[in-house]
Amino acid sequence: MTYDVAIIGAGVTGASSAWHLSRYQLKAVLLERWADVCFGVSKANSGIIHGGFHHPVSTLKARLEIRGNLMFERLQHELGFPFKRTGILVVAFSEEEMSTVHKLYEQGIRNGVRDLEMCGRDRLLQLEEKLNPEVVGGFFAPGGGTIEPYRYVFSLVEAARRNDVDLKCNFEVAGADRQENTWLIRSANGEEVRARYVVNAAGLFADRVSRIFGAEEFTIHPRKGEEYLLDRNSPARPQRVIFPVPTEHSKGVLVIPTAEGTTMIGPTADPVENKLDTTTSADNMKRILAHVRNMVNGISPRDLITSFAGLRPVMDNEDFYIALSEKAPDFVQAAGIQSPGLTASPAIGEYVKELLKSAGLPLLEKVHIVSELAPRHEIRHEPIEEMERLHREDPAWTHIICRCEKISEAEIVEAVRKGHTTLDGVKFYTRAGMGRCQGGFCSAKIMKIISRETGIPMEKLTKKGGKSRLAVGRLGDLKVETNQKTSEA
Amino acid sequence: MIQEETFDVTVIGAGAAGLAAAAVTAAAGKTTIVIDREDRPGGILRQCIHNGFGLRYFKEELTGPEYAEQAAEKAEKAGANLRLGATVLDMKKEPDGTLLLLVLSPGDGVRKIRSLAVILAMGCRERNRGNLAIPGSRPAGVFTAGAAQKLLNMEGILPGKKAVIVGSGDIGLIMARRLRWSGIKVEAVVEIMPYPAGLTRNIVQCLNDFGIPLYLEHSVVNILGRERVEGVEVAPLKDGIPQTERKFHIDCDTVLFSVGLIPENELSSSVGVALNPSTGGPLVDSGYETGVPGIFAAGNVLHVHDLVDFVSEEAEHAAQMVIRRLNGETAPGGTFPVKVESNLKYVVPNRCRNGQDTRFAFRSLIVTNDAELEAEQNGKIIWKRHYNYIRPAEMIIVDLKAEQLKEEGELTFRLKKGEKI
Repeated sequence: MTYDVAIIGAGVTGASSAWHLSRYQLKAVLLERWADVCFGVSKANSGIIHGGFHHPVSTLKARLEIRGNLMFERLQHELGFPFKRTGILVVAFSEEEMSTVHKLYEQGIRNGVRDLEMCGRDRLLQLEEKLNPEVVGGFFAPGGGTIEPYRYVFSLVEAARRNDVDLKCNFEVAGADRQENTWLIRSANGEEVRARYVVNAAGLFADRVSRIFGAEEFTIHPRKGEEYLLDRNSPARPQRVIFPVPTEHSKGVLVIPTAEGTTMIGPTADPVENKLDTTTSADNMKRILAHVRNMVNGISPRDLITSFAGLRPVMDNEDFYIALSEKAPDFVQAAGIQSPGLTASPAIGEYVKELLKSAGLPLLEKVHIVSELAPRHEIRHEPIEEMERLHREDPAWTHIICRCEKISEAEIVEAVRKGHTTLDGVKFYTRAGMGRCQGGFCSAKIMKIISRETGIPMEKLTKKGGKSRLAVGRLGDLKVETNQKTSEA
Repeated sequence: MIQEETFDVTVIGAGAAGLAAAAVTAAAGKTTIVIDREDRPGGILRQCIHNGFGLRYFKEELTGPEYAEQAAEKAEKAGANLRLGATVLDMKKEPDGTLLLLVLSPGDGVRKIRSLAVILAMGCRERNRGNLAIPGSRPAGVFTAGAAQKLLNMEGILPGKKAVIVGSGDIGLIMARRLRWSGIKVEAVVEIMPYPAGLTRNIVQCLNDFGIPLYLEHSVVNILGRERVEGVEVAPLKDGIPQTERKFHIDCDTVLFSVGLIPENELSSSVGVALNPSTGGPLVDSGYETGVPGIFAAGNVLHVHDLVDFVSEEAEHAAQMVIRRLNGETAPGGTFPVKVESNLKYVVPNRCRNGQDTRFAFRSLIVTNDAELEAEQNGKIIWKRHYNYIRPAEMIIVDLKAEQLKEEGELTFRLKKGEKI
């Protein structure tokens, strides 16, 4: 068969494009290089819905950010992911920093962002009691907020799939040929997909994909951001997202009350060479702690539960590059989607759809579409009566597997049955293993459930696909050396 | 309607502490329920298939599962109810002074459990890589020692072929030997302190007997590998700072973390139980009662023990106090604070009562073969004892009799290092 559209990359850009296209009478496919969706750039996103004041409206990213921001209530209603408009505070600790605050505030006003408010020290401390009282001033953007980025991407993909979009994971694009107005796309392991139109949403690898299709030459520069997560009981958790005054290359190191109740600090912004380098470093941890401890009270390394890093895909001009290719036919570039890409994503998907339309893709609305996903049950959020009802439906609902985040067996089974068959896939879909013990207690139990549901032996399961095997075999598989002495202690 | 059940005593956790406590309260005729998340009682003991347990408490050498089985049998014979596969979601103190728990289990669904007393016996969790923010990548093959132990001993799964163990805690040492017995190479044990965190007998029997190198005052400064662990970088420490110019590479596909245990007190804190920052466990009086009347604590949820036998003994002792409390038998004296000074990390309990037999547990901060532990009250040394062997890995236990605790007044313990090295 020939697809109407193949979208390369199932991160937030590809997923949003797929969701927008799924409303029309066409057949689309998402091609994802990794073992699950949202396993690339989007996985390590800070989860901020930005406030529309960081970039001038002359940039594409600012325009899409402002439009995207306004679309989240509706999306949340339709798709049901965790999202909260907490508001954003940008805080200054000196008069010099206040001058930047004024410029940002004015940029926000020029961008048409409503409800921005300049704040003195007293107003800031009223809005956020966790702030260091040495704060001088700042401003408040009530339209900013936080979201669970992977839950958002999962639900976009799920909704798109309910509306007939196909998904192929472990499909790394290795080659492409043009045959009779159709693209023939080959994967690294020999699979083939035909499609009339192609969307390049390949994140860090958008430059390589562009080259494979004979489209524009450009370079994606990875810019690393390290993040550190604090226990949900950390006394530092603020009510709102706290931003410092930004620097030239980044919005600075933030304190983020995540949509699921933990506190995140970060990210850094450092250029790196390797597009797979998501390592963290001791120096950056110290740097982040020093930054945020200056802004917010109560941050302690004792509350650290994990750290991770992600890479932003950056174009030379720092802007998004979303356009019809001028070199390759029927090929849409959606590259350079760095911050504020998540905020802009609903508008990016719409923009991509419009570009495809302008290239001749007919867009006829479907008669029947699934416009809302059924609300997902999560035992930790249910009222008691609903817990009891769920238990009667399936006792697995009252069998808690992940003690730290209170995730039931039923939620894990649901994740596996929806195709999340790696330990990380289950973790990001359900939160099982994301809490303070970091899977110490529940990993083996989750592995057993995945194995039971998929028939894959436990020792063959992976953390995140590919060679990330969680075990190497079964007891008895290895030869035992017998050079033991025996001492009495 | 959510079903409600009522008991005299609810024990949370069916490990060594919970089972021992329940056996005592049930035997005294108090209706007792033990709630545990797992499908079988015994807690972490069930995955500790090595022997060396029970010599003190059961007067015979047992494996972990055998110890668990005997402890469960004792509790059940005494009449305690076991509620397994069950998780306590919420606990609150009712206006009438009773304690109300919300419990989920696949067998019974949602239940409310009301009782006059609760014994916290949830044990602890392992500190992990994330808590230490060990730098590097995040591949498969990084486990806490206990998680690897569970995979290997309960599921028969080999976590890797070549391992490095970070931290020299007892679980890590036991795992070093266990891995070798399973055909897995152990390249090194890396410990940041200048002395091992685990018991000497485990250093000898689990490392020395297998020729496994122990790097003291060294730190893992990098974990390598994108999909699966490919190695670690280790650097010596100088004044606590890794000397990265002297770092070296160790090839491995597995990293186990055995870097300490944290009492699991999130549930305790949620109901207002105050914790001791030095132990991570609740502040208790000599009746093992926390700051919230009716809530008691024993075992590793109170402070991390070295031997399971001491856990069982402590829990029995706590259970006796619960019985006295329920029977309205309050000791006559007043209460006063217990403090530690030089060379001691903590003491349990934090308050005590005169005229009552009391067990004190301590951890030393120093390694020494000549020391004197003394107790001072009202300006007088009321008790002292000489020790020829003090290690931070080993608990110090002191039982003082009612007649030694005649007076009221702050009680201070200190460990004085002797002349001998």
